[in-house]
Amino acid sequence: MDAVFLQILNGLDKGAAYALIALGLTLVFGTLGIVNFAHGALFMLGAFCAVTFNKMLLISTKILDPTVTLFKAYKEKPYLEIWFPDVGPVLVDYSVPLSILLAIPVMLLIGFILERGLIKHFYSRPHADQILVTFGLAIVIQELIKAVFGANPIPQGAPDILAGSAAVGSWIGLGENVVYPWWRLIYLSFSGIIIFGVFAFLQFTTYGMVVRAGMRDRETVGLLGINIQKRFTIVFSLATAVAGLAGVMYTPILPPDYHMGMDFLVLSFVVVVVGGMGSLGGAVLAGFLLGIVQSFASMTEVKAILPGIDQIIIYLVAVIILLVLPRGLMGRAGVMDD
Amino acid sequence: MKIGTMNDLTRFLIFAVVILAMPVWLDPLGGNYPDLLQKFAIYGIFAIGFNILFGLTGYLSFGHAAFLGVGSYAAVWSFKLFTMNAIPALMFGVLFAGALALIIGFLSLRRSGIYFSILTLAFAQMSYNLAYSVLTPITNGETGLQLAQSDPRVIDNMFVEASAGLPSTNLFGLTMSGYPGFYFCAALLILGFFISMRIFRSPFGLMLKGIKSNQNRMMYTGLNTRPYMLTAFVISGMYAGLAGSLLAITDPLAGAERMQWTASGEVVLMTILGGVGTLVGPMIGAGLIKYFENIFSAFNDTVLAEMFSYLPDALVELVVPVVGLFVGSGWHLTLGLLFVVVVIFLPGGIVEGVDKLVKFIRNREKNVGGKVTPQDQPGE
Amino acid sequence: MNDLVLHLDNIQKNFGGLSALSDVNLQVEEGTTHAIIGPNGAGKSTLLNVCIGRLKPDAGHVTFYGEELTGRKPHEIAQMGVARVFQTPEIFPEMSLLENVMLPAFSKRDGAFSMNAHKLLSRQGDIRDEAEHILEDVGLQEQMMTEAGSLSRGDKRRLELGMCLILKPRLLLLDEPTAGMSRHDTNSTIDLLKKIKSRGMTKVIIEHDMHVVFSLADKVSVLARGQIIAGGTPEEVREDPKVKEAYLGGAH
Ligand SMILES: Nc1ncnc2c1ncn2[C@@H]1O[C@H](COP(=O)(O)OP(=O)(O)OP(=O)(O)O)[C@@H](O)[C@H]1O
Ligand SMILES: [Mg+2]
Repeated sequence: MDAVFLQILNGLDKGAAYALIALGLTLVFGTLGIVNFAHGALFMLGAFCAVTFNKMLLISTKILDPTVTLFKAYKEKPYLEIWFPDVGPVLVDYSVPLSILLAIPVMLLIGFILERGLIKHFYSRPHADQILVTFGLAIVIQELIKAVFGANPIPQGAPDILAGSAAVGSWIGLGENVVYPWWRLIYLSFSGIIIFGVFAFLQFTTYGMVVRAGMRDRETVGLLGINIQKRFTIVFSLATAVAGLAGVMYTPILPPDYHMGMDFLVLSFVVVVVGGMGSLGGAVLAGFLLGIVQSFASMTEVKAILPGIDQIIIYLVAVIILLVLPRGLMGRAGVMDD
Repeated sequence: MKIGTMNDLTRFLIFAVVILAMPVWLDPLGGNYPDLLQKFAIYGIFAIGFNILFGLTGYLSFGHAAFLGVGSYAAVWSFKLFTMNAIPALMFGVLFAGALALIIGFLSLRRSGIYFSILTLAFAQMSYNLAYSVLTPITNGETGLQLAQSDPRVIDNMFVEASAGLPSTNLFGLTMSGYPGFYFCAALLILGFFISMRIFRSPFGLMLKGIKSNQNRMMYTGLNTRPYMLTAFVISGMYAGLAGSLLAITDPLAGAERMQWTASGEVVLMTILGGVGTLVGPMIGAGLIKYFENIFSAFNDTVLAEMFSYLPDALVELVVPVVGLFVGSGWHLTLGLLFVVVVIFLPGGIVEGVDKLVKFIRNREKNVGGKVTPQDQPGE
Repeated sequence: MNDLVLHLDNIQKNFGGLSALSDVNLQVEEGTTHAIIGPNGAGKSTLLNVCIGRLKPDAGHVTFYGEELTGRKPHEIAQMGVARVFQTPEIFPEMSLLENVMLPAFSKRDGAFSMNAHKLLSRQGDIRDEAEHILEDVGLQEQMMTEAGSLSRGDKRRLELGMCLILKPRLLLLDEPTAGMSRHDTNSTIDLLKKIKSRGMTKVIIEHDMHVVFSLADKVSVLARGQIIAGGTPEEVREDPKVKEAYLGGAH
């Protein structure tokens, strides 16, 4: 029982990342009709927002090292710590959550530029063209990041206060050994809030109503004379920001590198397809589900019986679901129903 | 240009001559290295085969690298177990790739459109992950599958004593590296082109075009589209397997990275760059990409600094890093940009671009008062 | 009865809450032209969809020369000899007219699937002749080499008719074959359909144009809100007060 619960917990944080990426993919696909193969790259860009922010905080200058008295020694000291000796180190410690402040405007802007500059020309082009152009875009983003930040993963730390693990087990009356890192718990709650926010936005604002109507029947909404173009731009930027935030907060869990985007993209597409193309709820559900399934497949007991299963389980599940339930878990008829 | 109206025999002969003469005309262009020439031919085969699926039926597979990889592994195993002769290696490569394509195709073709693309991608990633993990006994994991002195090579050993040092791949004694290797690949490329041309011109090809154009009409005309699609998928998988085995024949090792999605993406790019659904387009695309990859990857900052040495120093310092982004190890960035640019501005690829240009020039001549030429059939 | 080509037996089809067809019975006899008329949204196209296997009925059976059609795949039904001209033309827009007509000819000759990759299209003289002949029949032989997508709506319809005729179907279903045609083209289509009739081909035709119905139909069934409300010879139907109310009066 404890082991099972632990695996579920372990699956949840990865599942949360899948769910957030898949949510944006679905939003863009459902509303704009665009199959965005660059969405994973946006997740990766978010992660590198955190890296950049951290680097900015640590911009340093050389100062005389007072501890060395024999000769003049210099050491690097961040300006931040020189200027604000009290707050500075705290800011550095909290750089990951704080970089959200940077990521939101940056990602919104990137989304805006991409939609206006590229994506909007592809609304009426075939899906194959959309896949191709966004695939090219993904390569471009990925290679740019590689050129700037190098090929190696850049670890990012969670705030010190969140270093250990939460005794989740004893909270709910399970064994003592059911523990869960605090940061993952934070990530999970954070994803929950974002997902809730997106759904609330779609459900309760008039704006969201139009988007939902658009997902159901794009042409009619267009015919009603609603300015679809502007809304498309906003939806795309929103999806970009969601992917970016998912990336920012994921950095303490997985040190970001330039190809993490593609790794996650392939899986997220699988998630979207499993959830049902165009179904937001399906995307979220499938994201968590596949995260958990993957976590179970990585158990040593399971791997002993089915070696290698952890490597392919998601794809396997996707293939089976697609063949058995062609529309995915929650797909509606008529959406991409060819 | 008469690309559109050229008769097929002429087209085929020109193709064959151009390919066989590559060492001659690529020499002034700095492309006359056997290794590079082999790559042209091999990736030409890969792209021509991919085009039979994507160009004719419109089904965009993102998993063809899996077949390339399987072709390589099968060929290397043939070297290890049986003989260093290229022919069995090639047959095993094609056979195994075809078998895998049959399985993946059977499952993936139950869906179409973007679902199909994602299913093929999923299967390819699955193969890639397996090659790196459980299948290590077969694939030798990250190190890649290589020849070893202790390999059984049963057939070879029946005839000759094993010599010291690794044997090299051969075609009944003719070593398959350098120019002989290229001509072997070129011969197969020409054969592959011929078969592809025949498929394009056959009732079978017409059916595939029909599937791309209007599946409903196909169904209600009494045609079962599934087996047509599956056949096309398997054929293109076999081309990929052939290309993969040739990679191993010219350089006997096989690694899982050949199966990665980037490799699948590359063949897609080759095809669209040259011209999807055209006969020669994929070859042109494959050639151009491999050519520029070769040239661009060779650059490094020192070379660049020399190239721009005529500029003032301050400018050099600015230009070199910027250009450096796109060459050398940054070649992939150029590739990505090329991808985007081609899809946006030249969806029909180079072949269509040339056709348009020709039409444009011809129309201008006409307006100037040249004699009126009858409208050509839509370009190839 | 053996000369019954098409028999719809208590067909029921619902879309969600909407009952598109309810208890529809229809019998089409060999060699006749059976017209189905009815206001917009009556379920006429749905009825044809059920016949060709595009939709599965919720209840009831469709038989064709006594053989069950329900549950069969569309291409099987087509191979049995049922062809359909759609309300919005289903053609191959990127191909030439000639190719558009040759393709079904291969389906007729080689069946649902044939591995004919080793043959050359240019060597299929007989098929080409046949295709040219059909294009002549539908009056499109001069545009043989043009791309089908560039045709006018009326011409696309005629092309599609040609594509069906080359299949030599035992039953031809036509969904508003003259919609979007000029008076002149409509008349030539009527003539063409009469010519086919004289060859004994059984047809079901959906039409809004009463001129077409009265020139071609032996029998007329009237469909309104998913139900057959009247049937008989064109004259009988014209006099039926229910029809006037539901269709002629209501819609026009
Ligand atoms: N696939 C479908 N899903 C849901 N509803 C459908 C579907 N096809 C048809 N309908 C509905 O069923 C009813 C009958 O449609 P149908 O197309 O058969 O009418 P029709 O008689 O052919 O009309 P028209 O003269 O306009 O062609 C309509 O209300 C239509 O909206
Ligand atoms: Mg209708």
